[in-house]
Order: sequence, then C-alpha cells, then structure tokens
Amino acid sequence: MSQMNMIESIRSALDVMMDKDPTVVMMGEDIGHFGGVFRCTDGLQRKYGDHRVIDAPIAEGGIIGAAIGMGLNGLRPVPEIQFADYIYPGFDQIVSELARIRYRTCGEFFSPVTIRTPCGGGIRGGQTHSQSPEAIFAHVSGIVTVMPSNPYDAKGLLISAIESDDPVVFFEPKRIYNGPFDGDPEKPAKSWAAHPKGEVPEGHYTVPLGKAEVVREGNDLTIITYGTLVHVAEAAVEETGVDCEIVDIRTIAPLDVDTITASVNKTGRCVIAHEATRFGGFGAEIAARIQKDCFYNLEAPIRRIAGWDTPYPHAFEWQYFPGKKRLVAGIRDIMEIE
Amino acid sequence: MADKKSRLHIPQPTARPGDKPDFSYLDLSPAGAVDKPSIDSRTRDIEYLSSGLVRVLDDDHQAVGPWDPDLDSGKLQIALRWMVLNRVFDKRMWQIQRQGRISFYMEALGEEAVSVGQGMALRPGDMCFPSYRNQALYMYRGMSLVDMMCQCLSNTRDMCKGRQLPIMYHSAKANMFSISGNLATQYPHAVGWAMASAIKGEDHIAASWLGDGATAEADFHHAITFAAVYQAPVILNVVNNQWAISTFQGVAGGERRPFAARGLGLGIPGIRVDGNDFLAIYATTLWAADRARRGGGPTLIELVTYRGGAHSTSDDPTKYRPKDEWQDFPLGDPVERLKQHLISLGHWSEEQHEKLEAELTEEVTAAWKEAQQYGTMTEGPFLDPSTMFDDIYAEVPHHLESQRRRMTKVEGVNGGGSDS
Ligand SMILES: Cc1ncc(C[n+]2csc(CCOP(=O)(O)OP(=O)(O)O)c2C)c(N)n1
Ligand SMILES: [Mg+2]
Repeated sequence: MSQMNMIESIRSALDVMMDKDPTVVMMGEDIGHFGGVFRCTDGLQRKYGDHRVIDAPIAEGGIIGAAIGMGLNGLRPVPEIQFADYIYPGFDQIVSELARIRYRTCGEFFSPVTIRTPCGGGIRGGQTHSQSPEAIFAHVSGIVTVMPSNPYDAKGLLISAIESDDPVVFFEPKRIYNGPFDGDPEKPAKSWAAHPKGEVPEGHYTVPLGKAEVVREGNDLTIITYGTLVHVAEAAVEETGVDCEIVDIRTIAPLDVDTITASVNKTGRCVIAHEATRFGGFGAEIAARIQKDCFYNLEAPIRRIAGWDTPYPHAFEWQYFPGKKRLVAGIRDIMEIE
Repeated sequence: MADKKSRLHIPQPTARPGDKPDFSYLDLSPAGAVDKPSIDSRTRDIEYLSSGLVRVLDDDHQAVGPWDPDLDSGKLQIALRWMVLNRVFDKRMWQIQRQGRISFYMEALGEEAVSVGQGMALRPGDMCFPSYRNQALYMYRGMSLVDMMCQCLSNTRDMCKGRQLPIMYHSAKANMFSISGNLATQYPHAVGWAMASAIKGEDHIAASWLGDGATAEADFHHAITFAAVYQAPVILNVVNNQWAISTFQGVAGGERRPFAARGLGLGIPGIRVDGNDFLAIYATTLWAADRARRGGGPTLIELVTYRGGAHSTSDDPTKYRPKDEWQDFPLGDPVERLKQHLISLGHWSEEQHEKLEAELTEEVTAAWKEAQQYGTMTEGPFLDPSTMFDDIYAEVPHHLESQRRRMTKVEGVNGGGSDS
C-alpha cells in the first residue's frame, strides 16, 4: 500500500498495465515527453518508450479513430483526450464506430479502447475546461462509461477498463485529482493523504466495472451520485445530520441498478446529485429506474441536484456548481415531505 | 510482439531541454529571393510560393525584392507602435495573472507582426476569425485596452459578462469574431462567412488564424475543402510558431512539407512567409486579399515564426524545449527587426523607441487602473450571477427562468434547489 493522489493512482494503473501487457499503448496530446497537462502519464514515455506512449497530433477524431484501428490490430490502446470538452471532434468515431463494431460484425471484430479524459469544473477553466459530458456517452449503447471518485477506485476501475474487451470512456474529475473536495472553494485544499481511499496498492488489482458502492450507510434518505459530488454529498450529509446512505455509482453505464434500488427501497427517499447540467442529464435515467423499481416504497418525490442548464460560466463557477448549499437544501426539503 | 522492434516512425524535435537549439530543419530563402506573381496566376504556376520563404527585410534591415510593399515611414511607425503595444500589454497581463488577479493569460511574444501586419492589410469590412494569439488584431481594430482588461477580469464591463476565460474577446462592431477554446473551429466559419459574402455579391473577404498544431484538426481540412470547392474569398493563415504545447511542428505533420503546401492538392495557392517580417506579412496578405476580392478564391498563408514565451500561464516550456531556443531562431524578433529597419531609414531612433515603450507602458498602466474600477476578482462592483441564464437562447425559456429564480434563492440565502 502507499499514499497516492488520483493522478498518481491513475499513473500507477497505466504503469501496471503497460508493464504487464505489451499490447497496451497510449496516445494523446502532450502525454509523452511532457507527461500530460495533468501529469497522469509523467515518466511513462521514459519507461516504456515513445512507441508505446505516443505524442499525438491535435486531432481528437484522429486519436480515437487511430486508436480504434490499433485495437482492431491486436493492441489495447488507452488514448487520452486532454479535456473532456475537446472530445467532440472524436464523437462520431466513438458513437458510430467504437460503440458498434462488435454489434455490426456479430463479434468478429471489436476494439478494446479505453479513452481517458479529465472532466468537471472548479478550476476556473471556463466553459471549455469544465464540462461533464458523461450523459451523452451513457446514452450510446456499446460504451462503458466510468467516473471514479477517489484514487483507489480510479486505479482499480482503470485496470478493469483496460483489461475489458469493451470500449470504455473513463472520465477523471479533475477537481479531485489532488484531494477530495467538499464543494467549498474557500477552504484550504485537502490532500488525499487523510482519506482512506488515498491508500492504494502498488501492484495489480481491479475494481469491477458496473458495480456501485455504498460509501456511507444510512436509513432515512439515499443520495445517488458519482465523481466530485460524492465528497460534496458527504459534507452535506454531515451538515444536515440526516441519516443518509450515499451510493457512489462509479460506473455510469452499465448502471448497477440493484445497489441503487436496494438502498432506495430501504430509505424511501432519494436525492440524485451530479455536476453536469440537469436537463436530460444522467440523473433522469436513475430517477426513471427508481420510479419503476421503488415506487411503492417512495415516501417523497425524487429530487435531482445538478449543474444549471447553462454552459459553465467562468466567473460564476461556484454559483453554477451544485455545492453543499444546494444539496443541504435538497436533503432538507425531501426530509420534510410527510 | 515483445521480441520484435517497433518500426513506427515517431517524429523527433531537433532539440530538447539541455540540447543546443537546432533550426537547421527550417528552409530559408534570402530576403528578396522569391518572385511575386500576378494575382491572376494559376495555382499550379505558383507552387514555389509554398516552399520558398517570402522575406522583405534582409539581414541589414533593408527592404528588398519584389514583395517590398513600399510603405511610407509613417505607416511603419504606426505598425511598430501596435507591435510594441501588443508586447507591453502582454507583459503586463502576464504579471497580473502571476499576481493572481486574473485566472489565465496567453501572450503573443515573438508573433506580434502577424496580427499587426495582417490586420493592416485587411479592410475594416473584412471579417476576422482569430485565434487566441491575435490580441493585436482586436487592438488594431479599435477594441480599447480597458475593454480587453475588463474581459480578462470578468468584471461588470466584460463584453462576455463573466462567461468566458480571459482573452476570449469578441467584437461585432470591429468585425472580430469570438475566440473559441476549441481549436480550429473558427476556420470553417471564416469560409462560410466568405461564401455568404460571395452569395450576397459583396467584396468583403474573411480571414482566419490557427496554429501549426491546430492544422491537424478535422476542421482545418473541412475549411480548406470548402474554400477550394467554392473558391471562397478567404485568407486562411497558419501561424507556425514551431510548437503546439509540448509537441513540435513535426507532430502536426510539418516534417516533410510546409504547412503552406496543405492546400495545393485542392488547388489553393500557399504562401510561406517570414512571420517575423512585418513588410513581408503585409505584402503577402495584401496579395491574397486582392486575389480573393477579385474572385480569385482562397489563399493559405503559413507564417513562420517562433512562440517566444510559454504556451499559456498554465505551462512551463523549460520542460520540453531548450530554454533559450528563441535566441537561436534564425528569423529573429519581429519588433526588433522593424525597429532596426526604421532606424536604418533614418525615421526612428533608440531614444524614440524607449520613449514609445515608456508611453505605452503608461497607457497600459492607466488602462489597468481604469479597468479595475469596474470590478476585480475580489472587489466589487460584481456582475450579477443571475445573468448566466441570459443568451442561451434568444429568449429565456421557462425552465431556465425558474432555475434563475432558484439560483438567486439558494445561492443567496437558503432553501430551494427543487426539481422542475
Ligand atoms: C479541440 C481542442 N483540443 C485540444 C485543445 C488544447 N490545446 C489548446 S492550445 C493547444 C496547442 C495548440 O498549438 P498550436 O495550434 O500550434 O497554436 P499555438 O498555441 O502554438 O499558437 C492545445 C493542445 C483545445 N483547446 N482544443
Ligand atoms: Mg504553434
């Protein structure tokens, strides 16, 4: 075991997999010599060479398209898209190709690509360095969509993703790369050192795809969330004193419906929280499942707390970000309903 | 697989930190060596323009050869003034970012002649689709320093109402489109704008800029295809400053043929020009503008220059390139070259230059003082956050209006946050 932040644990996952499997290759903008703008690939080109940690032209469609081709020819590519906000030029390759190759060839062809990309706001990055587009990818059948909330899960999930023969879009919430963040930008930044999930094994291990985790047990209300908001939810729960259960879904698609419904059937109340915009957001899918599977146990309407339906505004990121205040208000509202 | 060696070609820069800078890969032509063809020339007859290097200012700071635009010294002094202003402004804004008073900045150090030379060669009715290092285009076209600073401050006078990262200016009045954070997207816009100009029977042209790195994006290729197919009146500029962030221009495909040659297969003439030579930039841009205006279609211009500073305030270039690489760049410093040219003509002096720098520094300082009165990141007046719901649609729809009300309530006092 050692202490790792999320950058280090992601790097460790990449290192473990490159060491273990010579078909694992990485490609992305500034990932090689420079080690990535967030340092996730730092040192890996020196260790594995520039033929396996490849600096790519600035062409996200090209990166993803070429990764698909490498995957078709026996490699296990792990391309990086520098910011999730820049993934859209590769969208067609993901939706029309990566997601469907297995289906349209009845399994004769597949390409085991894992696309890593930092997402989320809170770093004063403005609207082109802050987006959380996971729902757009979750909507595409054939793509596994993942968003970890801590260093331990990040490494285990990333190893699972790379080992999986299915294509994965792996979102890394950049605001919690260096430490858990409870939504209050005024507080001094915390490091992962004091967090139990900052303890990460050095070698190979996996966290299964498609499995949620109950990160806090409780009886009165279930908060379903993922990514940065897991930590905001923990802070909000503490402030309200309500006996909440917090479910970190970890894999967005395919969704672990059983863990979610078991929790909501137990508590009877539910708040769904994500940083992405609300309209058509992934919370809607979760709410629909709960409505179907927990209807007779629900004691209050399901509440979604999410980013407003606007682009991420540079100056107002803390008014945009669904922080503790909004979660606390939501939890209290739902608890008050008789 | 493990026992076989990779046969893939991986482009390698000529120098990394600690190495001696090596620009031997750059093909140079002496000043005055490249012919200037008539604007009616067929692309196939002027392919040489894409492989040579159009230069006017020679090593002795004299203007030579067929591309000399023959500008009077008054105009040259004006150009120098804008270039120095660009540099002084950037320097100040960089410091301001380092003091934590704006969140981000990007400078155009070493590339000032691009925006100023091209800006001066275009007409006010021509539309510009700039990249993030074209701040001098905004200045030249009339945006005040105070307005630019207020944008960077996201304050109450910010044209973007706090919605955009610093430097993402726009001005409809100045015919300057909005800078996008997503690379190369502006290129097809410029082509479409130019197509519309042609459809409407007007003689306005469009111009756009992007970097060597961004030429790899599909939007670059969409743009040159449409420009060629419809012979759109547009100037497509590639500012080849040798580096993207940490990757050199070879990673963008510049190893074997110049970026200026990208359009040849589509029949678009390409001009490779000394991007640190104000006179050559002005002359080639004017040539391309005349050609486009007279129905001759698009031109691709590659401006060969060097990114003198870091990529942005988030970047540390000493990690990937030699520290003093710029000093070895064979095309020098654009400000210094124009200055020396004017001095050699007897129309400028070191004293005048120092005075100009001091004047402009003062102008920038005064602008900064004024800009802060409209609010800073920590001191009011502040923008009203509820304006974040405006301009998403032409009219604010019901669900956004209700989110606006809830935001004011929750982020202001307590309660709220409901669904629907
Ligand atoms: C679609 C997209 N991908 C990646 C980025 C991140 N990025 C911003 S600038 C840059 C380098 C661009 O280099 P170049 O085009 O040469 O322009 P320069 O900065 O040198 O002027 C990168 C990779 C982005 N902004 N947009
Ligand atoms: Mg560049």
